[in-house]
Amino acid sequence: MTPDAIEKVFRDEAGRALATLIRLVGDFDLAEDALQDAFAAALLDWRGRGAPANPRAWLVNVARNKVIDRIRRRRNFRDKEAEIVHAIERDAVGDEADDPVGFDDDMLRLIFTCCHPAFAPEVQVALTLRTVCGLTTAEVARAFLTGEEAMAQRLVRAKQKIRLAGIPYEVPGRDSLDERLRGVLTVIYLVFTEGYLATSGPELIRHDLAREAIRLGRLLLGLIPEAPDIKGLLALMLLHDARRAGRTDASGDIVLLEEQDRSTWNREQIAEGLALVEQALRVKGRPQPYTVQAAIAALHAQAPSYQETDWRQIVGLYEVLLRIAPSPVIELNHAAAVSMVDGPARALALVDSLAARGGLNQYDLLPAVRADLLRRLDRRDEARAAYRAASEATQLVPLKRLYARRLAELDLGS
Amino acid sequence: MQYLLMIYQNEVDYAKMEAEPGQTMSPEYQAFTQSIISSGNYKGGDRLQPTTTATTVRVRDGKILTTDGPFAETREQLGGYYLIEAKNLDEAIGIAARIPSARVGSIEVRPIWQYNH
Repeated sequence: MTPDAIEKVFRDEAGRALATLIRLVGDFDLAEDALQDAFAAALLDWRGRGAPANPRAWLVNVARNKVIDRIRRRRNFRDKEAEIVHAIERDAVGDEADDPVGFDDDMLRLIFTCCHPAFAPEVQVALTLRTVCGLTTAEVARAFLTGEEAMAQRLVRAKQKIRLAGIPYEVPGRDSLDERLRGVLTVIYLVFTEGYLATSGPELIRHDLAREAIRLGRLLLGLIPEAPDIKGLLALMLLHDARRAGRTDASGDIVLLEEQDRSTWNREQIAEGLALVEQALRVKGRPQPYTVQAAIAALHAQAPSYQETDWRQIVGLYEVLLRIAPSPVIELNHAAAVSMVDGPARALALVDSLAARGGLNQYDLLPAVRADLLRRLDRRDEARAAYRAASEATQLVPLKRLYARRLAELDLGS
Repeated sequence: MQYLLMIYQNEVDYAKMEAEPGQTMSPEYQAFTQSIISSGNYKGGDRLQPTTTATTVRVRDGKILTTDGPFAETREQLGGYYLIEAKNLDEAIGIAARIPSARVGSIEVRPIWQYNH
């Protein structure tokens, strides 16, 4: 086996192996260090004779023995440590190919611990990317556009809090499960949205994060198929991500939905997303927000062109969203859809009423939507001012270039 | 594990509310205290005098400095605490959320330092 092939197997198995190790040894840092030791051992051992039949169990067992070695090597080895060693030895993992130790349950424990509400949302995301997805600290730092050292510090503090504050390593009980699941879905969606439309920096789309979010969504759906709205969320991510090849041009500039070459969209992924939306919509009870958003994305994905999109139904779905999960961003999207049904004048009234209420002061897409509506109403001077405001409000270089293009077009047309 | 549940709320507002007939939280506090005594979570707890009676103590360069008043100027003041035993943070948060003042103030949940010996 080549080192690359070994690393690939390791990457695939590391999350679950770590989840089980944390339960066995009761300590995040000890488990992480031991898993790294096991990876080093795998690089030597697997090279000659290939990966074992159950690489995950192999990694857990080797890492477990490394933990025992580490604890025994400690100078102040005492009774308490002896007990830990005994417990770890007792819980040895069988080499059978089935799941005798409950890897799945451990993975859920790990996800719920990383997404614990005692952490700030961005810490939940960082911890999930590092431990559940197995990204390196440097990769997580890049995701947050921050330095590696600062991120390492943040992760150390988070793991300290798990230990010192007694954050439990368990799947929440029935009474709080739904609420905690919503928290997990929020973390997955945060990973995705940062990947799909970065909030700053030179690149518009961060494929790595979008991919990780979809992987997390699939993982969670596999672990809890009945989780409310997980199908809707996974469908939403798949349908949005399916359009990614069309969202930027060769120079990395943004291409708006109305100008996208729809032949570049990933049809296989769209089919998967559509099937999931249908399943999610069939669930009885009140419609779930991610599912409704996915249904909107599904209408876009199925439309032959921007003009031939079922805007009337999209407006209706946004109205559902405004009822079940109202937010200024949904209001803005609703207004943009209304412009395609009732024309830009009515939409502008909605946007202006939203702006007057001050709901979206920090949100850079409001002046952009406004500018577009004013341009379509041929109110050029106001459109110019709005594009300039949009450009000032965003930190994304490709968006700034888009607004500059629009300004130039307005100048040419006059 | 043991946790200290610290009750923060605006003490002036609380005193006003207490003066209103039927508005006091005392019966609720008694019921809550009884319930965690019965469930075995209770370790101790007290109501504190208002911050006008408080003294803040600091030590600088080995000298004890005392100042009148609470440790910092904020809109909410420490008004009491519970010291509880809970199996983990989730249980502690659950109990903290049941404190009547969680509705009008804030409860800080802080783990108690454990000494290994």
